[in-house]
Amino acid sequence: MLSRVANSIYWMSRYLERAENVARFIGVNLNLSLDMPAEFGEQWEPLVNITGDREQYAKRYGEPIRENVLHFLTFDRENPNSILSCARNARENARSVREIISSEMWEQANHFYLMVKDAAANKAAFNNPHDFYTAVKMESHLFDGITEATMSHGEAWHFLQVGELLERADKTSRILDVKYFILLPDEQVLGAAVDNIQWSALLKSASALEMYRKHSKQISPAKVADFLLLNREFPRSVQSCLGRAAYSLYAITGSRRDGFSNSTEKRLGKLLSELNYAQIDEIIAGGLHEFLDGLQTRLNQVDDAIYDSFFTLRPLTGNNTHLTQEQ
Amino acid sequence: MALNFKSYDTENFYDELIESSGAPRPGARILVERIESLHDGEIIARQKAAEAAMYNMGITFTVYGSDEGTEKIFPFDIVPRIVEASDWEYIERGLKQRIHALNLFLDDIYHDQKILKDKAIPEELILSAASFRPQCVGLDVPQGIWCHITGTDLIRDRDGQHYVLEDNLRCPSGVSYVLENRQILKRTLPVAFEASRVRAVDDYPARLLETLQYLAPDNLSSPTVVVLTPGMYNSAYFEHSFLAQQMGVELVEGSDLVVMDGFVNMRTTRGFQRVDVIYRRIDDDFIDPNAFRADSVLGVPGLMDVYRNGRVALANAPGTGIADDKAVYAYLPQIVKYYLDEEMILPNVPTYICANKKDREYVLANLDKLVVKATNESGGYGMLVGPHSTKEQQSEFAALIRKNPRNYIAQPTLALSRAPVLVGDHFEGRHIDLRPYILYGKDIYVMPGGLTRVALKKGSLVVNSSQGGGSKDTWVLS
Repeated sequence: MLSRVANSIYWMSRYLERAENVARFIGVNLNLSLDMPAEFGEQWEPLVNITGDREQYAKRYGEPIRENVLHFLTFDRENPNSILSCARNARENARSVREIISSEMWEQANHFYLMVKDAAANKAAFNNPHDFYTAVKMESHLFDGITEATMSHGEAWHFLQVGELLERADKTSRILDVKYFILLPDEQVLGAAVDNIQWSALLKSASALEMYRKHSKQISPAKVADFLLLNREFPRSVQSCLGRAAYSLYAITGSRRDGFSNSTEKRLGKLLSELNYAQIDEIIAGGLHEFLDGLQTRLNQVDDAIYDSFFTLRPLTGNNTHLTQEQ
Repeated sequence: MALNFKSYDTENFYDELIESSGAPRPGARILVERIESLHDGEIIARQKAAEAAMYNMGITFTVYGSDEGTEKIFPFDIVPRIVEASDWEYIERGLKQRIHALNLFLDDIYHDQKILKDKAIPEELILSAASFRPQCVGLDVPQGIWCHITGTDLIRDRDGQHYVLEDNLRCPSGVSYVLENRQILKRTLPVAFEASRVRAVDDYPARLLETLQYLAPDNLSSPTVVVLTPGMYNSAYFEHSFLAQQMGVELVEGSDLVVMDGFVNMRTTRGFQRVDVIYRRIDDDFIDPNAFRADSVLGVPGLMDVYRNGRVALANAPGTGIADDKAVYAYLPQIVKYYLDEEMILPNVPTYICANKKDREYVLANLDKLVVKATNESGGYGMLVGPHSTKEQQSEFAALIRKNPRNYIAQPTLALSRAPVLVGDHFEGRHIDLRPYILYGKDIYVMPGGLTRVALKKGSLVVNSSQGGGSKDTWVLS
């Protein structure tokens, strides 16, 4: 397929998954605020930190207060990672590959954008945030379902999978990181109960609470981290996402799974192997936040490699101009 | 009160659905009865539902120069326009003759120019035209066909006679709206549609693909066909991607293509792949910076060389613009006579050529009555509608005509036919035209239907979507 088209499909699905996950971030924080002891108040700074947009936010809004952070992450047209920007970019990419995807997929991408755009115009979202952010997640799920049911599982679909799964792996790691940024007094002062409530809220925002419960009865930080990072069955865990991304990647190239034919396969394969042999106590001993940071960096390197391997074909003649997209 | 046509006034215009007595025309009877039988508000609700469907399906065009909401749906009216079978038979015959003659004309103009040597039309008229492309002289196009896809605009005067207003042989657009309008009308008025025995238009994409494959260089069993678009910010992008999707071929941009080793290739995730036929929706000027405008970034450098060597086919061929030049149009009766030795079936609107002294003097003396058009503009730009113009506009055009007479023609203001349009809670007549689409491959095919454009502003004669026009589904009866 055309390199440009593969690029657009990859980004279409990344942006949709990103919009969904920003809704999840906000969801976890709304939940956490409800459960916080009143004296600690609401904390909105962690959200700006984990999405990696702290500098941009500080420059334009200053202090992280609820209204501003919600607006920045949801409807701010100038923030390329706001839900509105993601929905718009996803739809623009979808529009540029309409002839490749099913018309149902295009209509859903279009519908998603129009829903968010209309919500931005009437502000109802902030009066009933729970409903709005749930609707965002559902629009994204609907797109996934339509894709699964209407698009041939060929090369284009595999690019779509790679985009979606890499994005999801990155965002699950960031959801896990929320806890790192939340300012809490010592556990002794607060009591383990509140801590457990927070871990539950975090699982919930990854739609993972019920599945986690089946896996381990007690909530403990190590087990939650283990579940979201290394579980092989839960579809939002980093391990599961990268395993399936690798499957699609090898389906695209037709290479053998025990080797590599380009830098993308090499980087993703190495990362996946490390996760295959990792244990959660080792990760925690080395520092969970540091591990997550490193993971995100390596996922970015995989993304760079995809760009080089598939989207920039070097011609023998003429200039090779291309558009890069904001990550 | 249910919606009906009882108070509908044709106001002394030819109405496509309703006779001056107020009775529906024979072909429209089923439709009118059906609409009148719907209960209160139903037709308005269906109109709204149709608009919502278009918005959700993203059937939109881009409006230049505004930021948010840059896409608008092409305004759409729920009442279809009906063309009786006998009218269509006449139109079809006329269009086939016209396209046949125009293609022979193009081939002659870029080869021996016999028509000029025989002085059937003035030589300077052709050689002075900006749309005459010296780059195309001597080109042997695949199968001898230049104009594979044509959209010809027809209008109907007060007495019911059809006229050709203009031909579009470059990159005529709008066919996707014909197909989408039909999809929506089938949903909104299924009963009347079925009972009226409307001819199908849905096989257009398949026929277009056949037309394109016919052009592929010989000995290719499955040629690679692509649609070349200027990109998603082009106002007709929806159509480009729609047609590519319906034909099941790649939609490419100029930057996806590269000329290598004498062939056109596209960049794919698995390397370069050869392209055999390009349905290009980019104007001649931008298609190849080496041959035409050097500053174009939309095209493919070197494309024309590959084309000349017969290693890729282009549809339409470059250079076809000379055949829809508005001054050449005026000579179409002579062109038909010259190549086919036949009288022209579908008449032109009478046309004054400002390059001719006598015509020019008449035009300058009657600017308040005539429609003046620039010969190389389209989309309703560069136009003066005499009866609706001010004295200042008239003197502005008088100066333009004197300065560059070759650039202008004039035509009498015709009383364009009308059709009922839903306005608020009732129907009003609005002026319309009709653009059928003609494919020229193995033979000439006229799609039974076309784009009916409506001037939605009351009394307006300008139907272009860039100037407040909308569209209707067109039902050709069998």
